[in-house]
Amino acid sequence: MQLKNPKQLATLQKKYKAAEERFPKKVLICCGPGCLASGAQKISDKFKQVLKDKRIKGFSVEALKETGCHGFCEQGPLVIIEPDGTFYTRVKTKDVEEIIEMSVRKGETIDRLLYSPNGDGQRIQRYHDIDFYRHQDRIALANLGKISQCNIEEYIALGGYQALAKVISSMKPDQIIDEITESGLRGRGGAGFAAGRKWATCRKIESDVRYVICNGDEGDPGAFMDRAIMEGDPHAILEGMVIAAFAVGSSQGYIYVREEYPLAVVNLQKAIEQAEEMGLLGDNILGSDFSFKIRISRGAGAFVCGESSALMKSVAGEVGEPRAKYIRSVVKGLHDQPTVLNNVETLATVPVIINKGADWFKKIGTKKNTGTKAFSLVGKVRNTGLIEVAMGTTLRKIIYDIGGGIIDDRPFKAVQTGGPSGGCLPESQLDLPVDFDSLTEAGSMMGSGGMIVMDDKTCMVDVARYFLGFLVNESCGKCVPCREGLYQLHALTVRVCEGRATEADLEKMEKLSNQVIIGSLCGLGKSGPNPLLSTMKYFREEYLAHIRDKRCPAGVCRELITYEINDKCTGCMACIAVCATHAITGKKGEIHVLNQAKCTKCGACYAVCKHDSVVVS
Amino acid sequence: MVNLTINGKVVQAEEGEVLLSVIRREKIDVPALCHHEAVEAFGACRLCVVEITRQEWDGWCDYVTSCLYPASDGLIVNTHAAKVNDLRKTIVDLFLARHPKCPEIIELAAEYGVYSTTYQTVVDGDNCILCGLCTRICDRMGFHAISTVGRGHGKEVSPPLHKAPPDCTGCLACAQNCPTSFIEYSAAKGFLTIWDKKFELLKCSGCGKETITKVFAEHLCQERKIPFEYFQICDECHRKQLAATMGEITSWDREAAS
Repeated sequence: MQLKNPKQLATLQKKYKAAEERFPKKVLICCGPGCLASGAQKISDKFKQVLKDKRIKGFSVEALKETGCHGFCEQGPLVIIEPDGTFYTRVKTKDVEEIIEMSVRKGETIDRLLYSPNGDGQRIQRYHDIDFYRHQDRIALANLGKISQCNIEEYIALGGYQALAKVISSMKPDQIIDEITESGLRGRGGAGFAAGRKWATCRKIESDVRYVICNGDEGDPGAFMDRAIMEGDPHAILEGMVIAAFAVGSSQGYIYVREEYPLAVVNLQKAIEQAEEMGLLGDNILGSDFSFKIRISRGAGAFVCGESSALMKSVAGEVGEPRAKYIRSVVKGLHDQPTVLNNVETLATVPVIINKGADWFKKIGTKKNTGTKAFSLVGKVRNTGLIEVAMGTTLRKIIYDIGGGIIDDRPFKAVQTGGPSGGCLPESQLDLPVDFDSLTEAGSMMGSGGMIVMDDKTCMVDVARYFLGFLVNESCGKCVPCREGLYQLHALTVRVCEGRATEADLEKMEKLSNQVIIGSLCGLGKSGPNPLLSTMKYFREEYLAHIRDKRCPAGVCRELITYEINDKCTGCMACIAVCATHAITGKKGEIHVLNQAKCTKCGACYAVCKHDSVVVS
Repeated sequence: MVNLTINGKVVQAEEGEVLLSVIRREKIDVPALCHHEAVEAFGACRLCVVEITRQEWDGWCDYVTSCLYPASDGLIVNTHAAKVNDLRKTIVDLFLARHPKCPEIIELAAEYGVYSTTYQTVVDGDNCILCGLCTRICDRMGFHAISTVGRGHGKEVSPPLHKAPPDCTGCLACAQNCPTSFIEYSAAKGFLTIWDKKFELLKCSGCGKETITKVFAEHLCQERKIPFEYFQICDECHRKQLAATMGEITSWDREAAS
């Protein structure tokens, strides 16, 4: 059905809302990437199979929803019973029948499946009461975990496309741009450029053709915010893009998404078709004379293609190499035409700002960093998952209140923000408010929102080596400072890890880092040495321990450690079973012996020993 | 026209003209390895980096590649600022580490006082400096036969799938413009081989010398509407023929005049 005017959309919303309200009770199964990996699809299939031959008053299979990522990936697969928000964690297929009988039919709670924060038997029933959710503010991720993946009816029932209707029926392009500028929305992709200003610049340029591109090329290791939105709530992105296009006067848009996100590609494509069918996208949107089409452009997963100019080249079918941006891409972008490029999260936030107003949005966050930001909280933190907090929330609150602290109560060592281009911040920076400016000032960056927490078993030199290695492979290889400079920085860091470096090497690394920053062509090279510089700044003594004492304090760098078996050994033979080189010998019940000559320091014995008898020295 | 200052001297330039062209006009020596006037600027070697500032920037400076940065009114350029010299030295040092046997790089590094690299020499580092001139010139010729493939440190120039390129016509534009003569080709017994592809060479009907490849000649005939007979004799014989014809015209003129 093609909607001819905004009024028809309002009628349709009422109809869909009524349809939603037919079933007061709903079962939501999280089908985000984390839960899918731990078997959510099987659980959903089991639900459908069991419900097929069951009749339950006030419930049907229609009230079963496969939603986008709910966020608490650590506890997946998640099943939520609405309206009260009963939160079942680590659900298995064998629990399904019980959930249907007890919770759906009788309205009782299954204690066993509830979340237990400390593992001490105390259980929390509703997800709203769990610390992980309690401290969050959700705007971009608001619909995730609430509606079925790419279901336009549910999206409309929740008030979806109302912002678009408002824009088409009662706002002029300049008003939209003013509203976005007033809201202070900054690009969520990393650099934090004011979205309103970008749109205004694009609109002012005289051109027949303008493009709107959504950057879904999320490439940071450990980041999955954009993926979750693209998979779970694609219509929010489409709505944001249509509003952006209306504001800048564009008729063609692209979503650049990496092929490694197959579900995102499928769901976005489905969403585009659904929206086109309803007249919310395509020719004469909502009966107006405004037309806008969106095509999906699939990338091959090159990290550098997240950089605007490389992305645009890739969309145009060329090699994804950045160009110098002395003329910005908003002036001369895709096919040399003015182009607005916004991140997934930025675009998903736009409809909410239009609906609720800039003043409402400004109240969240800090003065120069308004609104919220989504992060993927990963690493050695208890509650890993997808979160969204108000800007200016401190790292401590994110890691300890939402994240629940470090696994096994080990000491916190560092948090890495901003992906490979970001930096590592130490404990002294834990009270740093998380926003674009504070993080940059501290030597890291916001990036797209990856947040990797590390404990005392992490070697910071090794971390720098890892990220530099990533960048050496992911640099496009066009300009010399990035291609050769990062390669040499990586080689020097490897020297430190292997205990072959001198203090003069440290100076050399610092100097070369600064040259790479000045000399590189694009943002990848210009921020590439950040992991090295920030770890050298905050963890210098660890570098010196590697250099002076030939010692890795965290016990990670292979060349500098030896594994030993002490007299706590119970002779359980577990380490003997995993040792690939047969370096460990011994009989059951007797203390085992490790032959250093045969040991490759793979760490398998260390990982498997339950008696703390394999030690690193 | 705009006025800008280069190394203290006020000079004029076309608005939007790139700095490197103004700098070269002023006979200031700024190195550049990936620049060629026939193709679009690339900004890969970073050697043409210069320091720029403006009165209103209040002492803040930026470092830009002059081959790409457009000239504008009031721009203050320093082609040999201390930081710029330092950066150039680092870049040639990095080049030397990657291409330790490349004569052009060794010579350039020596100009900057770098005689042996301070970095780790790349084992089996070849002489391809990845300036991208060959691929850009090939694109400009309209063939798109070769491209850079791969990413990062493993990037290289190659035909598709490392096999003889179907679109190559053996025009040799890539090899003849390679600043380090890295692209190899051989011509012998009526055949030219480049990128593992063998081409038949045309022979001059006049002197018997081998000229261009048959495929390239056919391409030019089709694209530029040149008759094939044109390629059947070499340039030298063309000149001789032309000289002879010109003589005929002159004599005809004389006859007409008398």
